[in-house]
Amino acid sequence: MDLHFGDSKPTDEERAAVDALLGPPESAWEGADDRTEGDLRWARGGRAARERRDLLLPGLHAINDRVGWISEGALDYLCRRLTVPPAEGYGVATFYAMFSVRPRPATVVHVCTDLACAARGSAEVCAGLERELGAAGSAAVAGPQGPGPAALAGPQGAAASAGGGVVWQRSPCLGLCERAPAALAIRAGAPTAATGATAAPTTTSAPAATAATAVVAPATPAAVAEAARAVADAPAEPPAAAAVPQAGTTSRGLRLLRRVGVVDPASLDDYRAHGGYAALRRAFELGPAGVIREVSDAGLVGRGGAAFPTGRKWDATARQPDHPHHLVCNADESEPGTFKDRVLMEGDPYALIEAMTIAGYAIGAHHGYVYLRGEYPRALARLEHAIGRARVRGLLGPDVLGQGYAFDIEIRRGAGAYICGEETAIFNSIEGRRGEPRSKPPFPVEKGLFSKPTAVNNVETLVNVLPILTEGAAAYASVGTASSTGTKLFCVSGAVDRPGVYELPFGATLRELLELAGPPPALRAVLLGGAAGGFVRPDELDVPLTFEGTRAAGTTLGSGVVLVLDESVQLPRILLRIAEFFRDESCGQCVPCRVGTVRQEEALHRIKDRTGAAAAGDIALLREVGQAMRHASICGLGQTAWNAVESAIDRLGVFEQDQKGASA
Amino acid sequence: MTAVPLQPPRRLVDLTLDGEPVRAPEGSTLLDACRASGKDIPTLCQGDTLTPKNACRVCVVEVEGARTLAPACSRRVEPGMEVRTDTDRARHGRKVVLELLASSTDLSTTPRAAEWIEEYGAEPGRFGPDAARVDEQPKVDNDLYVRDYDKCILCYKCVDACGEQWQNTFAIAVAGRGFDARISTEHDAPLTDSACVYCGNCIEVCPTGALSFKSEFDMRAAGTWDESAQTETTTVCAYCGVGCNLTLHVQDNDIVKVTSPHDNPVTHGNLCIKGRFGYQHVQNRD
Repeated sequence: MDLHFGDSKPTDEERAAVDALLGPPESAWEGADDRTEGDLRWARGGRAARERRDLLLPGLHAINDRVGWISEGALDYLCRRLTVPPAEGYGVATFYAMFSVRPRPATVVHVCTDLACAARGSAEVCAGLERELGAAGSAAVAGPQGPGPAALAGPQGAAASAGGGVVWQRSPCLGLCERAPAALAIRAGAPTAATGATAAPTTTSAPAATAATAVVAPATPAAVAEAARAVADAPAEPPAAAAVPQAGTTSRGLRLLRRVGVVDPASLDDYRAHGGYAALRRAFELGPAGVIREVSDAGLVGRGGAAFPTGRKWDATARQPDHPHHLVCNADESEPGTFKDRVLMEGDPYALIEAMTIAGYAIGAHHGYVYLRGEYPRALARLEHAIGRARVRGLLGPDVLGQGYAFDIEIRRGAGAYICGEETAIFNSIEGRRGEPRSKPPFPVEKGLFSKPTAVNNVETLVNVLPILTEGAAAYASVGTASSTGTKLFCVSGAVDRPGVYELPFGATLRELLELAGPPPALRAVLLGGAAGGFVRPDELDVPLTFEGTRAAGTTLGSGVVLVLDESVQLPRILLRIAEFFRDESCGQCVPCRVGTVRQEEALHRIKDRTGAAAAGDIALLREVGQAMRHASICGLGQTAWNAVESAIDRLGVFEQDQKGASA
Repeated sequence: MTAVPLQPPRRLVDLTLDGEPVRAPEGSTLLDACRASGKDIPTLCQGDTLTPKNACRVCVVEVEGARTLAPACSRRVEPGMEVRTDTDRARHGRKVVLELLASSTDLSTTPRAAEWIEEYGAEPGRFGPDAARVDEQPKVDNDLYVRDYDKCILCYKCVDACGEQWQNTFAIAVAGRGFDARISTEHDAPLTDSACVYCGNCIEVCPTGALSFKSEFDMRAAGTWDESAQTETTTVCAYCGVGCNLTLHVQDNDIVKVTSPHDNPVTHGNLCIKGRFGYQHVQNRD
């Protein structure tokens, strides 16, 4: 490609960050400073030059981790190295909320203001931070006026502040709901000595040493400000098992969570001592077709929200004549109120690696990708460590367990985009394009990642494969109901005594789940399935928590979100936050979602203090826009953006006269 | 003699369109089938020379058994498909899409927009006077063409034409996200600092007039643009030996813009800077 690059040059630091990921440039064509005689006769071109585009997102991360923002010179250099048109590189950089193309302080603090955190006092945290660190928003440094920053800064981010090299911003759900309210501080900088030694130049794009991070949850303004000023010295997080109230005493009967809090997540030996890698041995005995048969017979369906039969997906992928096949683990857990995958990856990382190896073996893939959301620093560290150990011990690599099967796993970090959890947007994101969903057909099993047959599975779905193989399909399916077999993880947050991840057999009722978690004295409603889910009234708590049961009750299980709201919440404000979420997270590709989510938020804003006839006109408008989003949007984001609002209006009567929630 | 390229014969697929049995070539789209049976489906982001992006969703139709509506522009015909173009759900979808677009962008130069808004009973005004708009000022940074993104519906056609589908220049892409997404050069630089080669193939495919010749933009601003007074003459570009077809749009004996026939089997409506903009010498009269 005959690409046009500007005159901006990277700083030494930016160049070093990119070179640490990609190795030094091979020639002046790729951005080396000095042109050699050889450069005039030779250049990498064509497919060989273009096919490294999937390193664009890791490259943007490398720059952002080192410098804190992405300058013109840095982006140009990265694009030159990868033969990516700079306009497209800019389009990708401005797509993600964690990147900035304008200068900002090295430390960025993300303060969650989403549903669970809002119910637990995120407003006070924000108010306190305004006193401690100044107003929220990006730094007030003059930069190129682009559309990106406006998109990234969101509604609240217009104002600027830079209190002592720190900027804070309001954030969608950080997946720390059991410790709400939560904040995440990220400090860019050169890798420390310890990590620097291992960060050898690599073209296999293992994530290079990441920026320093600190999770502050539960957050107070003082603790957040303290952590922001000294990110590396912030107190350590509690262990992952703290998010599992069932761990320890009641852990008998747990399948997916049984090792969380029991094994040392850093120890492969500990994992094997607790039954690890028995499932993979069984898989090699069964052969790929046998594994798929077991998974199909067990009745496993996807846990990411769509409940598609996993065996069918694997079978369809395995049968594709086109090669290579790919496996993608969707760990971009971003549905507000969801944190189960984080707990699994932090508490039992080898389980995911073993499960992915089995899945790869079944579908005939030799390469697996974990697409991990960018806001999960501890899960990233644990998984990276575990993958490294597994490689050393021959559990990943050219000859897994000496069975002649080659399989390896690569982690790709997301960068703050809910939409990238959509099963086709995830492909575009990995490939170094904007994370916009593709239209289906063709389906991922035919043309997925790099246009090759691909199976995409959620973390929880994959981890279910282990008990299926160790216990056998029949024993697995004996738990749960006929059409929802096995157990399910529920992310309980909000107004309960013991928030956290709970594992229950399918068929348990919502009431039983809430009893475990300690329900509030005055329950107002339960949001099932997250922002894309629906509300349930206090008199509907006997709904069985199964895919078919929730569907029959007119709601959804979604990804397992159970957000409990008591009488103190103002429901119209919650709806407004949901609408803001969808407005911020719409990728902007199709009109119903791009403009519809804005109109939905505007209408909810108008009626947030109104009821009855005063709200009727806007409710009618919401219905019309909502129907169009549901039926005419390209992907699930737009199609579900009106679900929760609709259920609040129809099931909770939220804008009817004499509603506590509405009049407050 | 004009060479007429012959497609290999394609099998015909039987399907039902609004209750009527129709046959359509395998691999064709529902939109092709609708148009072949004389049904008028509105389209904006669909282009006759581009791969469907199905972003605007104004062409949605009902496919029996599907949970959501299907974009006619990209959904391929399948045997036994039952398609309805006029259900309440499909009409409602189109109406709301038109309302959402018209309430956020300037559709004043979009051909047929006003007609469709009337046909579907769309009321863009009902979102209120404070409804957020795209709110962009025209970008006039060169002498050849103007980018007025207040009129942009983000159909991606200019990006596709500039990029891998035709020109392979990659001067523009979509930047930002959601309602703040815009067509942009790298770092939103002026065109003169970008990779743009001024072929104008983006103008050729723009469905709303967001991209227009500077001459058209100035004449519209002055109130002298009058399409009814224009003639269109298709001729051959005199610059090089390729022999691209040019269609000269002439008003008051002045060339006011240049397009190229999309059905040309070689160029498909694409030109280079010389054919598109290099016409001034024809009308230097001193």
